[in-house]
Amino acid sequence: MVELNANIPEGPMAEKWTRHKFGVKLVNPSNKRKYKVLVVGTGLAGASAAATMAELGYQVESFTYSDTPRRAHSIAAQGGINAAKNYPNDGDSVHRLFYDTVKGGDYRSREANVHRLAEVSNQIIDHCVAQGIPFAREYGGNLANRSFGGAQVSRTFYARGQTGQQLLLGAYGALQKEISKGTVNMHTRCELIDVVTIDGRARGIITRNLVTGEIDRHIGDAVVLATGGYGNVFYLSTNAMNCNASAAWRACKKGAAFANPCFTQIHPTCIPVHGDYQSKLTLMSESLRNDGRIWVPKKKDDKRLAAEIPEDERDYYLERKYPSFGNLVPRDLASRNAKEVCDAGYGVGPTGDAVYLDFSEAIDRLGRDAIEARYGNLFEMYNRITDDDPYETPMMIYPAVHYTMGGLWVDYNLMTTVPGLYAIGEANFSDHGANRLGASALMQGLADGYFVLPNTVNNYLADLKRDSINISHPAFEEAEQTAANKLEKLLAVKGTRTVDDFHRELGLLMWNECGMARSEVGLKKALEELPKLRDAFWSDVNVPGSGDDLNQALEKANRVADFLEFAEVMLRDALDRSESCGGHFRLESQTEEGEALRDDESFAYVSAWEYKGVGEEPVLHKEPLFFEEVPLSQRSYK
Amino acid sequence: MADKKINLTLNVWRQQAGQEGAFETYKAENIDTNASFLEMLDVVNENLTCSGKEPIAFEHDCREGICGSCGALVAGMTHGSHDRTTLCQLHMRSFEDGDELTIEPFRADAFPVIKDLIVDRSALDEIVASGGYVSVKTGSAPEASTIPIEKNFADSAMDAAACIGCGACVAACPNGAAMLFTSAKVSQFALLPQGAPERASRVKEMVDTMDKLGFGNCSNEYECAVACPKGIDVKHIARLNREFIASRTRKKK
Ligand SMILES: Cc1cc2nc3c(=O)[nH]c(=O)nc-3n(C[C@H](O)[C@H](O)[C@H](O)COP(=O)(O)OP(=O)(O)OC[C@H]3O[C@@H](n4cnc5c(N)ncnc54)[C@H](O)[C@@H]3O)c2cc1C
Ligand code: SF4
Ligand code: FES
Repeated sequence: MVELNANIPEGPMAEKWTRHKFGVKLVNPSNKRKYKVLVVGTGLAGASAAATMAELGYQVESFTYSDTPRRAHSIAAQGGINAAKNYPNDGDSVHRLFYDTVKGGDYRSREANVHRLAEVSNQIIDHCVAQGIPFAREYGGNLANRSFGGAQVSRTFYARGQTGQQLLLGAYGALQKEISKGTVNMHTRCELIDVVTIDGRARGIITRNLVTGEIDRHIGDAVVLATGGYGNVFYLSTNAMNCNASAAWRACKKGAAFANPCFTQIHPTCIPVHGDYQSKLTLMSESLRNDGRIWVPKKKDDKRLAAEIPEDERDYYLERKYPSFGNLVPRDLASRNAKEVCDAGYGVGPTGDAVYLDFSEAIDRLGRDAIEARYGNLFEMYNRITDDDPYETPMMIYPAVHYTMGGLWVDYNLMTTVPGLYAIGEANFSDHGANRLGASALMQGLADGYFVLPNTVNNYLADLKRDSINISHPAFEEAEQTAANKLEKLLAVKGTRTVDDFHRELGLLMWNECGMARSEVGLKKALEELPKLRDAFWSDVNVPGSGDDLNQALEKANRVADFLEFAEVMLRDALDRSESCGGHFRLESQTEEGEALRDDESFAYVSAWEYKGVGEEPVLHKEPLFFEEVPLSQRSYK
Repeated sequence: MADKKINLTLNVWRQQAGQEGAFETYKAENIDTNASFLEMLDVVNENLTCSGKEPIAFEHDCREGICGSCGALVAGMTHGSHDRTTLCQLHMRSFEDGDELTIEPFRADAFPVIKDLIVDRSALDEIVASGGYVSVKTGSAPEASTIPIEKNFADSAMDAAACIGCGACVAACPNGAAMLFTSAKVSQFALLPQGAPERASRVKEMVDTMDKLGFGNCSNEYECAVACPKGIDVKHIARLNREFIASRTRKKK
């Protein structure tokens, strides 16, 4: 039975974290080496957590399915990382970052967690600079900042368009340093396929060696999942191809509640879909909206080239509808509006599912050189993919799945509902509510990994009673058998359709019914379709090869099988939440002008779903949310 | 974005772990020229799977040129023929209808083949583990603005730090050397004040490790820089050499 206790410390908001750090139990430095922590994932969250806990003296085992920890999905983040340094002297502060994040999340996050995030943001920058991360600098030699994603202050630190890469290489360097000292034992090409619980506590994991197919058992005193988000449930997304929900989902099956699964973020500026062979979508940095103007023709189904459409026949719909924020409205609004104009028949490009992002006015005003200096690499990337030149013709963009705010439910200590099992980074739900602000996922991943978890994990470990359990325990045996059976079953189907074929169909279903706009009718329809698709998968999937060597089709099949189960809890969550908030837009809940309408009376809670079996209805638990510091108000960007 | 379809013949290296490999020939038909090279391989793999064969194993993840997973020799060239492009960013519009291509894994002594186009590049991690970082513990850093860094230096450090660890430089080098990769890391930290305390030991350890792991010696062929998808400059190799000599003279004092 799942019980939600957020364990939020007492005291004034600004003192909670300091008090908590003082209040938690400590593990004596010389005792730390007696504890083993298993950290799954080497993205920003996992690599920073593993390295830091190893520095503190714990024995750490680190796992990734990649060939090296440096290739985790975090590497792809472009835009930047927020911190409340207030170097530009434009009025930023910890309180403002906290406030913006709660409001940006549309009041569906936990205030205490968000405050802590804002507090540690500055330490992250200090640490990353000390690691030798080459952040952008001004001519005077000081760190440069920019405004990002519509923020009213410049608080974003960046390293060209490769911020995620540089931050991850910093964390990876720290990890390599510990590996060379022998304090971290690294397992690459090694995928978690189950979590082992004994007497209700997380005690280990089962992994598959992706080269030899061997299945192994690993025991530890605590297990940390830093396994990223589930955006690939939609098949097409901006996530790396291997991102998946399996670790989190298998933890859910072992008793960890899954929070707010319907909160997914659709990013407004991505390169549109251009063919059914398409394997992923490419993000074009949000910074483009600082100078690009978004428009569609005023006439429906207008087939003329952009250049042939005169100024007065263009609809700059964001500027028209939101005069004060214009093209810089938050992501959810920009995405939804693009979908609306396209659905209404005003979209452009070969599929009609695209809008223009036009730089001609900015080029006239600032000159081509200035635009090249700001966005040269992005324009080049766009040109490479589409063969179009954005200096000459407007870019075409369309929203794409980008980030998942939902994740494993965690308390203030980042522990899931399974004692000893932690979730950090995108894998948890904690800080972004119903909508994440730009440049705050990198901040959260590193906050969790460098500064929060290493300070809260001891609270659990200090109380652990030592026992003699080892990997021959029946719980390990059983978990290994279940996971192995599943793999064998997948190989045995020998059907006619490829794994990708099923994944595509699932993605389309989720995109249509649980994407940018959701309705009761659509969600119920999807809930009927999904079990059929799942059955079809298990009776007709074709997984070639064997389980005894490197088999990418088998890896994918195992992940898609989990997506097919996980999708159901997403749909149920979207159905339960009949309000609109942040990235979750229910057609039934909008204002007369068609804006999202939140319902705080009925829905100011975190939904946490307890797994009850495949096809069984999961049980909903609610963690009520309280807003003491940031008074509830409807967002307005008019 | 003009829509065009092309047909290709592929000679692909197939190899199981611990066995000899060989080329096999496949048709890639009706390929949209807007597809990426890896999407073309996806299509070929779907067809192989449907006809009861094992798909071609190849490494990939981000498919946007930043993770460094992808890479193969296409017509003898690492990541294919385009300048500053990873294989995932190479598009089929670079090819002509009727082209015949050989596709094989990166070849280097230090990168054993695991399967088909997948090689083991973990030796690059070992080079980094021997010193490619600043040894700062979490929590011990001074305030970030304490040390201003001249913009030129910060920018050059970023140029070096852009390496994605793909290993194309090693595969392109006639000696199988990892100089460009190693020098990029050495350079990044040599250019920054944060890297100064470990400057001498870093370069020495990293070069020693590189030698131990079976990478070849650099004989200034500069094929590496031509192959590099991120434009890492050979001047970093020159800097590594200077750093290396300086580290030895410093040691002797
Ligand atoms: C294109 C793009 C651009 C972005 N830009 C920004 C930005 O500018 N600013 C910002 O703040 N955020 C940005 N984000 C979001 C941000 O990058 C991610 O949310 C964040 O990096 C996630 O980090 P993580 O450590 O939680 O997970 P990941 O980086 O996703 O790492 C997950 C790790 O878990 C491992 N793993 C997963 N499952 C298993 C398993 N079963 N077994 C073994 N290992 C497993 C993987 O190997 C990997 O190492 C962007 C996202 C995208 C897609
Ligand atoms: S130097 Fe260039 S070619 Fe070599 S690993 Fe780095 S990015 Fe790849
Ligand atoms: S797949 Fe990431 S660089 Fe090519």
